[in-house]
Amino acid sequence: MVEQEGIGRYVAHVVIWIGIAIVAFPVYLAFVASTQDNAAIANGQMSLLPGGHFFETYYRTIFVGTSGSTREPVGSMMFNSLVMAMLIALGKIAISIISAYAVVYFRFPFRMAIFWLIFITLMLPVEVRIYPTYKIVSDLHLLDSYAGLSLPLIASATATLLFRQFFMTVPDELLEASRIDGAGPFRFFWDTLLPLSRTNMAALFVILFILGWNQYLWPLLITTRDDMQTIQIGIRKMITTTDALTEWPIVMATAVLAMLPPVFVVLAMQKLFVRGLVETEK
Amino acid sequence: MANVGLRMVRKAYPNGFEAIKGIDFEVGDGQFCVLVGPSGCGKSTLLRMVAGLETVTSGEIDIGGKIVNQIEPADRDIAMVFQNYALYPHMSVYNNMAYGLRNRGMSKPEIDKRVQDAARILELAAMLDRKPRQLSGGQRQRVAMGRAIVRQPKVFLFDEPLSNLDAKLRIAMRIEIRRLQRRFNTTSIYVTHDQLEAMTLADMLVVMNGGKVEQIGNPLEIYQKPATTFVAGFIGAPPMNLLELREPEIRLPGASAEAAILGVRPEDLQMSNDVTPDGGIELDLTVEAIERVGAETYVYGLRARQSEQVTLSAKPGEPPPGEILVRIPGQDGPKIGERIRTIAPREKLHLFSADGRKRLNS
Repeated sequence: MVEQEGIGRYVAHVVIWIGIAIVAFPVYLAFVASTQDNAAIANGQMSLLPGGHFFETYYRTIFVGTSGSTREPVGSMMFNSLVMAMLIALGKIAISIISAYAVVYFRFPFRMAIFWLIFITLMLPVEVRIYPTYKIVSDLHLLDSYAGLSLPLIASATATLLFRQFFMTVPDELLEASRIDGAGPFRFFWDTLLPLSRTNMAALFVILFILGWNQYLWPLLITTRDDMQTIQIGIRKMITTTDALTEWPIVMATAVLAMLPPVFVVLAMQKLFVRGLVETEK
Repeated sequence: MANVGLRMVRKAYPNGFEAIKGIDFEVGDGQFCVLVGPSGCGKSTLLRMVAGLETVTSGEIDIGGKIVNQIEPADRDIAMVFQNYALYPHMSVYNNMAYGLRNRGMSKPEIDKRVQDAARILELAAMLDRKPRQLSGGQRQRVAMGRAIVRQPKVFLFDEPLSNLDAKLRIAMRIEIRRLQRRFNTTSIYVTHDQLEAMTLADMLVVMNGGKVEQIGNPLEIYQKPATTFVAGFIGAPPMNLLELREPEIRLPGASAEAAILGVRPEDLQMSNDVTPDGGIELDLTVEAIERVGAETYVYGLRARQSEQVTLSAKPGEPPPGEILVRIPGQDGPKIGERIRTIAPREKLHLFSADGRKRLNS
């Protein structure tokens, strides 16, 4: 990094602060709005300083919900989102680490063909295969269930590729030493490969958790019951009330709440996450 | 305790490459056998076949009287030390050594006893809780040794275990390995490309080249009587001088008519003005280069009356083609450009057939 001298340094700082302001202002505004009185927002007289309704609004949001179309409290939406994001993240890691293990360490017929098939699924995200996937999920009676929310999103070519690349950097001698030490394929996987993949799994978990948490289209399609709604869908439903005034403080509080879990996950796993991305030591 | 027998062992890869072309030898109980050869000669492959990490294309491998061709590495009762140590990076030193024992379902107290014993022998007792990355190269090497020792196997297999260490440590560990092997009296097979390591460690030396055995014997015997020009050039440092035996430059009365290549070790050539010993040779050299290593001096000379190059070298580049290497004790020596006369007695000469595959004098 180049240390700037004099005026250049201040210019750089100004640019950075402008960038931060552009990103942070809407978030701040959402927070401020969530602490104001609904009437103040509705007639366009919202102050830029936090109002006095913080506890009241958040209590209502989490435990009661809006009085409008969606009566589900946001607490249960968050729970649904959390379950879905966790299932997707953990499921993706579990499936992809096992398939990468198979592809890298076992010789079986059509191994490379299978690898390329996995690779090709990169081109088929949910949005592309949404009709057949919906049909299957509905035929399996998985609509409005956690399984329906997460299963179709679990298969992951990206994670499989990442683990494959990682496994290929693990020295062959470790496998050979394990074989001589009497560890079969399962023991080698469990005792050696999994612990070595710890940081990779953490990095993937962060990325995949956020991916799962932010799912919008798929949950929108397959959840019809209010109690199976995820928070992303909840926000949208709160806004499209046509017969009543949108309860903006609650909408904003929900938005703020929706942002928190990914932030927590990133903060909690930051150290492992960074190590997982840069680590070379084996 | 066990013999290891190899009978007509071959290894061919699916692409048709034949890495091992039929190898036969027997390592006696408690013997230290060293496989030595240049890179790509198949020595590591052979060791890995004994370990069970490579399949055997044909032939038999026998450990302790049992054919092990189809037996998994874990069930062959062997322990292997790898070149890069292959320690489990996430396990402590203790667990690295205990892992194989646990997989065998050994009782906890017995595992603990064996690991503690090995740690004491290898001076690792203070670092049992450390991870491999916190250890130095030499310590990692000792952990790898410990992992082999605790198993109390029938056979130790070493795959160039010292080549990742610096020169000083290598010598120390070499002695250590020999000491441990004597102590446990376990049959060992050791692969190296370093002929010095091979000479100092081996009870039984197997020189390999191109997937075949060139010579088997005890190290000094091989040094004194190399069976082929390859062995002559490979064993001994600096390597033996090999010259084309051709009239009239070199005359060897009474030599067999088949003899076409003459070998003479650098230390057997003496700078002297004495008459040529009976049946021996004399070489007149112009000094081209001098290397002083302290205790001795290497003199590279070009044959004086020589218009064309006549030396043959089994190992290209060593010594420089056309040059004769003379090894003289001490630090005094001729100067560059000086002409010297060297002689060697008949009993120090080695005679080989034209293809270098046959030794002609006993």
